[in-house]
Amino acid sequence: MTKKSCIALAALLLAACVTINIYFPAAAAEKAADKIIDEVWQLKDGEAAGGKGDTGSTDDRPATKPGATK
Amino acid sequence: MQLRFLRVIFICLMSVAGMVSAAADLEINTPAITALKNSMQQRHNQLAPYYVSGAVGLTRDGQIVLRDANAVPLPQRQAVNALVGAENQDRSALYREIARANQHPEWESEIRSTFAGRWIEKAQPGWWVQDSQGGWKKK
Repeated sequence: MTKKSCIALAALLLAACVTINIYFPAAAAEKAADKIIDEVWQLKDGEAAGGKGDTGSTDDRPATKPGATK
Repeated sequence: MQLRFLRVIFICLMSVAGMVSAAADLEINTPAITALKNSMQQRHNQLAPYYVSGAVGLTRDGQIVLRDANAVPLPQRQAVNALVGAENQDRSALYREIARANQHPEWESEIRSTFAGRWIEKAQPGWWVQDSQGGWKKK
């Protein structure tokens, strides 16, 4: 009996492995998309700053200054 | 005997844990993906003026298109068409590579539609984007 239930449990867990991996990870995909888009469109400074090689064209726009006139 | 089964179960549990943690992030750090990203980043400076003028818009399927050729002076039109073509090639390759890097080539279309939504969401005010019905609107 114990042996059978152990096999059943093992099979169930194996099925769970497969199920988890089949579904498309929508949240992870969004996160990945955001990261790539930010880099391609250079939306966030600093994030790609650690890149090796070309460090020419990081646009240094002035960060938000407290006393900035409108 | 029972110890052996317990061991099997333990291995199963470990592999479940491994897959859960693998699902938390998609692999996007392969040489192919990085190369595509760099290529698109460099092209973006050339494309940006056409996004602003409305000549080029973001489509609902994760591509870009020359939606208003009249907004581009005739001598530049061919160059813009080439830029759009190259960008779309890179974008398709990017979606395919991400799917492949994660051992799920069949995810390509879902990755494409995820990107489509995010490109449009992150588009700057004034750029033209396509809605889910295919109509164009200015952000």
